Amino acid sequence: MTAAPSLEDDLGRLRGMLRIRRFEERAAELYGAGKIRGFLHLCVGEEAVAVGVMRALTDVDAVVSTYREHGHALARGVPPDRIMAEMFGKAEGCCRGRGGSMHLFDASHRFYGGNAIVAGGLPLATGLALADKMLGRRAVTACLFGDGAVAEGEFHECMNLAALWRLPVLFLCENNLYAMGTALALTESQVDLCAKARSYDMPADRVDGMDVTAVERAALAAVATVRAGEGPRFLELATYRFRAHSMFDAELYREKREVERWKLRDPIAALSTLMKLGGALDDAGLSALESEVAAELDAAVAFAEAGTLEPVEDLTRDVYATEASDARQ
Amino acid sequence: MPGSDAVMVRTTWREAMRAALREALQADPRVFLMGEDVGRYGGCYAVSRGLLEEFGPERIRDTPLSESAFVGAGIGAALNGMRPIVEVMTVNFSLLALDQIVNNAATLRHMSGGQFAIPLVIRMATGAGRQLAAQHSHSLEGWYAHVPGLKVLCPATLEDARGMLASALADPNPVILFEHVGLYNVEGTLRSDAGAVPIDRAAVRRAGTQLSLIAYGGMIPRALEAAEKLAAQGIDAEVIDLRVLRPLDAATLVASVRKTRRAVIVDEGWRSGSFAAEISARLAEEAFYDLDAPIARVCSAEVPIPYARHMEIAALPQVEAIVGAAREVVGTHA
Repeated sequence: MTAAPSLEDDLGRLRGMLRIRRFEERAAELYGAGKIRGFLHLCVGEEAVAVGVMRALTDVDAVVSTYREHGHALARGVPPDRIMAEMFGKAEGCCRGRGGSMHLFDASHRFYGGNAIVAGGLPLATGLALADKMLGRRAVTACLFGDGAVAEGEFHECMNLAALWRLPVLFLCENNLYAMGTALALTESQVDLCAKARSYDMPADRVDGMDVTAVERAALAAVATVRAGEGPRFLELATYRFRAHSMFDAELYREKREVERWKLRDPIAALSTLMKLGGALDDAGLSALESEVAAELDAAVAFAEAGTLEPVEDLTRDVYATEASDARQ
Repeated sequence: MPGSDAVMVRTTWREAMRAALREALQADPRVFLMGEDVGRYGGCYAVSRGLLEEFGPERIRDTPLSESAFVGAGIGAALNGMRPIVEVMTVNFSLLALDQIVNNAATLRHMSGGQFAIPLVIRMATGAGRQLAAQHSHSLEGWYAHVPGLKVLCPATLEDARGMLASALADPNPVILFEHVGLYNVEGTLRSDAGAVPIDRAAVRRAGTQLSLIAYGGMIPRALEAAEKLAAQGIDAEVIDLRVLRPLDAATLVASVRKTRRAVIVDEGWRSGSFAAEISARLAEEAFYDLDAPIARVCSAEVPIPYARHMEIAALPQVEAIVGAAREVVGTHA
């Protein structure tokens, strides 16, 4: 993850997206089987955003995400077995089974959630970037949120504060057209999201979020300027969620035809087709990739199944940090 | 430890707080102060006056009127190596940052399985008495004390105004420090070498035998005044200063009530669902058989605090009401 990624690495991009897609499909099955409970939000269709963005970051950077974050966490390098165990509510999970699907954290990957309050991660990201700036680190905080977040006050407060203080934050809006089940046009007087960012004097670009290479290229360019100290940037990533909002969604708010139309732009199919046309991939190669991903996920599910439950005696552990040394750095 | 050459110096509560801020900024380059009007204006209640000139705009940061953003930014900065002190003008304004305080600061450590610590201090003014009416005068400390993951401090004395901040900054958890607006102008003497104080226990401010007056923050001077009046009437009251609402030092309370066998709780919050209700329940659970009289509470009237002076006075716990409640529990009222 440290080295600047090569734009030639289509296989790496395809593998990254396929891992997320198959992980999400497993999660849906396991939800049906009662292994995963609570709310479960899948990002099928949005894989190009996760992979493109995370490939543009380095180890020193921080990530703040949303409740639809399995893909972000996987692409960031959080191990799938730890994520799966977390969703199984096991002590071996990345948060000891305390957070579940919506609250994945991994300090070792500088992955700061998993936030189930829409726009609640933006102030956190702004502060992470403030500390990096004050401490003279050349780190970037990548802050992901959905189109629903732009209606929240915290979005506007943070766009202003980050721009005012020229903080090293990259604001990444995954615009999948719906805030849960309400279309953007029904909630926003101004549906041009980049215009909102520009009104805070922040450079903003709209990117095809179904094209992983386009996402990665735009993210690399944005990360470079943010890291150079030129202040925050905003990217709107136009994407689409193929599946329901959560596992309790009859999808009454959108037409099946609309979903089918977007599925024609499936980022995984698009890239694999392109690779096949260019001779970089054949059926055997794709099948080998599928097997590789399936084996990784089999292992993740087995790890989660074999996991243990945190002892109830530990219920109140870590409500508070007890030692001054617990405060990192 | 206090040095033998320390002298007593005259100071105000506000100056003690400012000295604590100055010392914290001097002691640790990771410490910085941010909030609305903390710099050029000198702080809404003038606590941070002069600090901008001394420490510069990087460390004394004026923020936009964006409570959620700058409180949340304090959380993020604390997660990432800094020691922020965030000032919110009043507890009423802090409601605009409640999401960040309750959903992030209080939860992140536990929810992440212990991966993070949040060494953050949030300071805010609280309380009534300055005719600022219903959007600047409330006492919501009890709400914050309801939330696991937070620590809630209510300094009352000059020593605590001077010493609680350093201890709060040394604590690896989010700490909210409530500064009662009625205390800022209090004058007194303080040791010249005053410094950090413990933030895990209540204190006995006046020893007594016949009843325990239990209070915190802005109600401490009133409880002490009531105790003096009671003494003049031959009633010997003990005054307990809670100091820390969470984690609560129940042992000190219970020990006091076991001794005096009577309790009057004074709380500027509203009676229903108040912190006084929590204290009352603790005493009922842990000292029921030691009580010789029902627990009494003196709280604010259940109204939005009004502007007009006489109405504001009527809405708040006053010394006479404390004296009256105390006389009733010791049975000298009849």
